[in-house]
Amino acid sequence: MSFLTYFINGLSLGSIYAIIALGYTMVYGIAKMLNFAHGDFIMVGCYVIFTIVATMGLPPVAGIVVAIILCTLLGVTTEKVAYKPLRNAGSPLAVLITAIGVSYLLQNAALLIFGADTKAFTPVITWQGIVLADGALKIQGVTIITIVVSVLILVCLQTFINKTKAGQAMLAVAEDKGAASLMGIDVNKTISLTFAIGSALAAIAGALMCSAYPSLTPYTGAMPGIKAFVAAVLGGIGSIPGAMIGGLILGIIEILGKTYVSSQLSDAIVFGILVVVLLVKPTGILGKNIQEKV
Amino acid sequence: MKAGRFSKKELTTYAIVVAAYIICEILMLTGIMSSHMKGLLVPICYYAIVAVGLNLCVGILGELSLGHAGFMCVGAYSSALFSYVTESAIPTAPRFIIALVIGVVMAALAGFLIGIPVLRLKGDYLAIVTLAFGEIIKNIFNAIYLGTDSTGLHFSLKDMASMGMEPGGKIIINGAQGITGTPSDSNFTIAIVILLVSLFVVQNLVSSRDGRAIMAIRDNRIAAESNGINITKYKMLAFTISAAIAGASGVLFAHNISSLTATSQYFGYNASIMFLVYVVLGGIGNIRGSMIAAVILYMLPELLRGLSDYRMLIYSVVLIVMMLVNWSPKAREFREKHLSFLKIKKEAK
Amino acid sequence: MRVLKKVVSVMTASAMAMSLLAGCGGAKASSDTFKIGSIGPATGGGAAYGLAVKNAIQLAVDEINEAGGISGKQVEYKFEDDELNAEKSVNAYNTLKDWGMQFLIGSVTSACSIAVSDKTKQDNMFQLTPSGSAEDCTKYENVFRVCFSDPNQGLKSADYIADNNLGTKIGVIYDSSDVYSSGIYQKFAEEAAVKGLEIVSAEAFNADNKTDFSVQIQKAKDGGADLIFLPIYYTEASLILQQAARDGYAPKFFGCDGLDGLTAVENFDASLAEGVMLLTPFAADATDDLTVKFVTSYKEKFGETPNQFAADAYDAVYAIKASIEKEGITPDMKVSDICDKMKTAMTEIEVAGLTGTITWDASGEPNKEPKGVIIENGAYKSME
Repeated sequence: MSFLTYFINGLSLGSIYAIIALGYTMVYGIAKMLNFAHGDFIMVGCYVIFTIVATMGLPPVAGIVVAIILCTLLGVTTEKVAYKPLRNAGSPLAVLITAIGVSYLLQNAALLIFGADTKAFTPVITWQGIVLADGALKIQGVTIITIVVSVLILVCLQTFINKTKAGQAMLAVAEDKGAASLMGIDVNKTISLTFAIGSALAAIAGALMCSAYPSLTPYTGAMPGIKAFVAAVLGGIGSIPGAMIGGLILGIIEILGKTYVSSQLSDAIVFGILVVVLLVKPTGILGKNIQEKV
Repeated sequence: MKAGRFSKKELTTYAIVVAAYIICEILMLTGIMSSHMKGLLVPICYYAIVAVGLNLCVGILGELSLGHAGFMCVGAYSSALFSYVTESAIPTAPRFIIALVIGVVMAALAGFLIGIPVLRLKGDYLAIVTLAFGEIIKNIFNAIYLGTDSTGLHFSLKDMASMGMEPGGKIIINGAQGITGTPSDSNFTIAIVILLVSLFVVQNLVSSRDGRAIMAIRDNRIAAESNGINITKYKMLAFTISAAIAGASGVLFAHNISSLTATSQYFGYNASIMFLVYVVLGGIGNIRGSMIAAVILYMLPELLRGLSDYRMLIYSVVLIVMMLVNWSPKAREFREKHLSFLKIKKEAK
Repeated sequence: MRVLKKVVSVMTASAMAMSLLAGCGGAKASSDTFKIGSIGPATGGGAAYGLAVKNAIQLAVDEINEAGGISGKQVEYKFEDDELNAEKSVNAYNTLKDWGMQFLIGSVTSACSIAVSDKTKQDNMFQLTPSGSAEDCTKYENVFRVCFSDPNQGLKSADYIADNNLGTKIGVIYDSSDVYSSGIYQKFAEEAAVKGLEIVSAEAFNADNKTDFSVQIQKAKDGGADLIFLPIYYTEASLILQQAARDGYAPKFFGCDGLDGLTAVENFDASLAEGVMLLTPFAADATDDLTVKFVTSYKEKFGETPNQFAADAYDAVYAIKASIEKEGITPDMKVSDICDKMKTAMTEIEVAGLTGTITWDASGEPNKEPKGVIIENGAYKSME
């Protein structure tokens, strides 16, 4: 029974990683860039919701809607100003470094605007969850909702990408930008759209993350961002179901590692398992093996 | 273009370092240099060293590593441990040299061991595994407890109590509190010497037969392999040397400030990413460039201290702008067109 | 192309070198004001602590200057950011030295403070850390501190819990990557064994994993802990309280001075903190005149409720003021002479500050009594 309790705790944490990883993998899989600032988009979304709900006293739904709009705008603008000029810079690393710059910028701007003090986030989900086995097991409402929302997003994204023209354009851009533009696809527009979706997902992920762990500082997004990156790689770069599975597995490993091995060495365990998985399956759990050609 | 054994470009790099050293020494002797600047000299050197080392991995070998701070951590801890234990037993100069050797060898060993699995992977997968190893190293050092008492050496990965030491025993590594009281053996001269040696190692490697083999692997692995180049051997060679140089930088780090802790600020992925920023801003594969970028980027936030609250904000803006100006094809075109008069001579590459 | 880049780089570099040199020329203490410098994290993960110190010193200095200064001399104050990084802390110290600092209040955090103390030792600069609590912070004779040392807090906490029969089965949740937290835990574990307290679970978290505490809470629960000891800061504690409440687990919670600030977290559901006990020298809700005045003007000026970092820093300024007056130190003295005089003065003064009435011994440790307080109806109440 206690194993089940820990397992469910792992699922709670994993669901948060999964929902962040979904947004992450959008940008990562299609624009082929590691957006280190993704975690900070989440942080921005959380502050927006915090301001609207806690400071202005409006309902959480309003907060989430405004956060989604603002994060989308932020994502698209950032892409236009900071990433697009470097798209053909000759090395994919150039844009990676700019993303780090954007990450610093957002953190420090938030520090100046909101101060360094921790804010307690008002959870947007108030449902307590369900109790099983006479109260011995409890699944939290936020976990269930996060998993449901993640699956919904997953299905929507898969449908969007596979069934719509814009989605097919994304796949084409991901495969080969040059060829895509020759086929009449507007690469700039497609990438903008990718960023818009990715950033909107960041706002949703932020709302759920801060409902599960209601404390907010300018650095709230940084570590979950990296964990989501790890989850995306674990699941297989570019694979949307992979991101979700990677996130859930990462959360479960982290909790079980802390429980049964050592809480001091939890990072070493998580990353150790990541290393082992990638050595056994070098392109992640659901990643495709691409044969190299001469 | 060759001047004796060295190319003109290599010689210029050494000349820049030596000239910078002489200028700084003169400024210090004449008392013009501020204490703030004096304090920055050694850190600037060790970040330049680690940037040079990382550029070997990223620029020359072509593999993105996000774990170099981990190698720095290995070098720092192993050498600090040695210096701390032998502080009263061995005089400063030989002690530091032995510590340096220990730090470099341990980091090289770590690089070698980690390189075996890591270098089988490619691209982003390789990057994430190096990041993972960096975090593992940091996490383990953070959990180490080591102490001695009359019954011998005690070790634990849990907490102090579980070491079972006698009261009055001496604690050497105290978990998160790390090693406190490493002798401050680093100084500017030693740092410059190590920087020059690192430059010498890397530049010589690049212009040697081995270096050409490494770059051939970077440019086209399959073509290189079909030409009979031993891929694994050369990848391991470059990666191990790169880790060893990061270790040397760690030795300087540990002997520069007296409290050594394995926290994220120094040895986490953040630090590794910062080193990568030095390399990319300075030019991937451009050894001298990464050295200069390390100097500029390390000094920038220090110079912005006058801005107080806005310091880090401005720093991030400057970083983004510098990247855009340096790397964007449009900006490059603009400079080609309108600023071509600044081109003094043709690029000697 | 490359050449141009180099030209730009060299120009930037030389511009930097010039700007560095421009500000130099060695600091002279010839001015007619006392110069107090302070170092702490103003950006990065520790910013909340550094900014509290920065603001509180500003408040104290302004008060002193308005009231006519120290021995008739005005006080100048400058704060430098160290980003919670020992190396940057040394850089910050050197910057302040160039500025002409005579007294250092800092660094705010332990590892930084230790690194800086090596330099102040060399320069014989007087250093008073408001909150550097690790044992090694005051190993040099020129360094004093305002807060309790970590071992002292661990010891007092174990004693307090045992003597007042607050619990017998103890669960501990601590930050293994933090010097403060692991320092308290170490001593607490030792003393708990002496006092017959049973530690049923001691689970760590670290700076990279400080949002999910389900395992740590569950382990304490499984071990049957009736009291959870939290030698950590309030940010993480607020999450632990919230997650424990969600799991329907309600042991007693006991913490150290790091928990102060819990009830001031913006938008925090204070009912979660109900019944939390802590040993702290400072309570923002205290009703004595000094605290009320400090808290009111701090809120007015900076819009936040001061925490114990702020209180320690505020007391630090008044300790320096008292020492200066005691020994008749004047601003035109050399830094090293000031330091020598301060070393004796600090052991002679008694400061009635926010964190209690404090005296110091020559080892740099403060003598003051921590107060046991319990949070009731969202406010602190003395447990005695």
